[in-house]
Amino acid sequence: MSATVSTKLERERPPALTVGPAAWLRSNLFNNWWSTAVTLALGYLLVRWVVGFVDWGILHAVWSVPSKGPGIADTSACQAAKGIGACWAIINDKWRFIIFGRYTFDDQWRPAISIVLFVGLYVVSAMRRFWRWELGLIWLVTLTIIFVLMWGGVLGMEYVPQDQWGGLPITFILSTFGLAAAFPLAILVALGRRSTQLPAVRVLCVVYVELVRGVPLISFLFMASTLFPLFMPVGFNPDKLLRAQIAVILFAAAYLAEIVRGGLQALPKGQYEAADSLGLSYWHKMGFIILPQALRLVIPPLVNTFIGFFKDTSLVLIIGIYDLLSAGKIALGEPAWQPYGTEIYLVVGGIYFVCCYTMSRYSRGLEVEFNRSIRR
Amino acid sequence: MSDTQPAIVLDKVNKWYGPMHVLRDVTTTVGQKEKVVVCGPSGSGKSTLIRCINRLETHQQGRIIVDGTELTDDLRALDTIRRDVGMVFQSFNLFPHLTILENCTLAPIWVRKMPKDEAEALAMDLLTRVKIPEQAKKYPGQLSGGQQQRVAIARALCMKPKIMLFDEPTSALDPEMIKEVLDTMIGLAEEGMTMVCVTHEMGFARQVADRVIFMDRGEIVESGSPHEMFESPQTDRLKLFLSQILRGH
Repeated sequence: MSATVSTKLERERPPALTVGPAAWLRSNLFNNWWSTAVTLALGYLLVRWVVGFVDWGILHAVWSVPSKGPGIADTSACQAAKGIGACWAIINDKWRFIIFGRYTFDDQWRPAISIVLFVGLYVVSAMRRFWRWELGLIWLVTLTIIFVLMWGGVLGMEYVPQDQWGGLPITFILSTFGLAAAFPLAILVALGRRSTQLPAVRVLCVVYVELVRGVPLISFLFMASTLFPLFMPVGFNPDKLLRAQIAVILFAAAYLAEIVRGGLQALPKGQYEAADSLGLSYWHKMGFIILPQALRLVIPPLVNTFIGFFKDTSLVLIIGIYDLLSAGKIALGEPAWQPYGTEIYLVVGGIYFVCCYTMSRYSRGLEVEFNRSIRR
Repeated sequence: MSDTQPAIVLDKVNKWYGPMHVLRDVTTTVGQKEKVVVCGPSGSGKSTLIRCINRLETHQQGRIIVDGTELTDDLRALDTIRRDVGMVFQSFNLFPHLTILENCTLAPIWVRKMPKDEAEALAMDLLTRVKIPEQAKKYPGQLSGGQQQRVAIARALCMKPKIMLFDEPTSALDPEMIKEVLDTMIGLAEEGMTMVCVTHEMGFARQVADRVIFMDRGEIVESGSPHEMFESPQTDRLKLFLSQILRGH
């Protein structure tokens, strides 16, 4: 009796380890001679690369250099380490220029607070429990404070003209205002493009989207900076940043509009009909029924475009606005630091990556949350 | 509005989808508190017909007068009519991102301008009537098909409509859920609601219909009391249809 039981137990035991790290390694990395070879080759390269990077970036890195005089760095230590160790001293020396650009040195606490305010605004806006109408008010107040801080000229703060702004605040301003203004505009354009009642509006929206999509952002920025002032009445000359901002808004709106339109088309016709049959007006129907569902459907492509535009703001470089990337580039202009572009671009790239990856993770979380509460 | 005025008047209504003539000179009148069942083979235009009554589809010729108001391009007339005509769809069409309660209160609050408390009380009242008050805080996706369709009926009733349109309300349901929806509709009929139902449920037609309309190829072929229609059909088309329906059941 007991013997039968034990054989039975033995038979029910799993044939081999199918869970756990060892089993995972076996089934994914070493399941035949070919994949074992690939694993070993890639593993070797990975180890070589990590060791090399640690060696270059940490062990042999130069973290700071003495100064030869006011504002002139003695980079001989970096030159000696060239090819062997990273010169992080350039970051040490230039980080404030990269982050704040040409903003008056002693007043750089103002853009610093602006950056903190921007980040705070993003964090608050990201939390669903703050999604109420008061959030609009918070945006208005925060953005006003940011602009007062940046411009100055009041409350004993010195006036800092816009062409001295630069670095991270410019990137945040262009992308935040750009997307915050482009998004509502995009919704209107998408609705207009699907309008059956107003053919003139539809044609206008189609022409707008197709025109903007057909032109590269760079030429759009050029137009904003050179062509636009020609059409304006004499004396009315909005500053360069504002013009670039308008260009970014109009450009982003065309792309976002097409994404929103996709969401509108993906909704079943029955949702429109149910709203109609209840007698809801067009705006109630769109605002309560259609858009909340349509926008949820298009979160992935929307965030994809947001991330794209966040990075595309660096194109304002070509019309002489110094965002994060261009500030980094200018920091390299100093002869003593010229050879150390890798270090600068690694750091600037790192900042972009943190911002974009945060957006991407957030949108994933949002999708999961929406899916949990709705479609089950 | 007087009680003598008919609820719905259709006068030589015609409609085409491109070259396809889907409604041919449809003429009929639905009286106040009358229950009309529209049946016919698929593609006979019966759904199109009732969708014309609240202008989810537009007719191209003839006149449709609902509760004394003629359906035209005039949007204000359309708003009035849609407020007074409730509709239940084959595929429920509940709003998946809103709770059951919100599904019911949205239109009363925004269209009827009813205070929120009042709308919620009314909605709970009607959800109780369709026997699912305990689901009020759930989302449509968490309910069975039969429950969803009963919510859809409650949602339409929350607008206090004078006329209810049903577009194959049980066709998308599993057999065991059909009864609960039909029971709800029978209850509604007994309370004296004016109803136009497109349905294949002949038992329901026998029980509540004052009149059955048989449509085929876009025209009304025959109409009469359920007894006349089912016991002594006059046309071959109706005879054929009835034999197919009965065989199917």
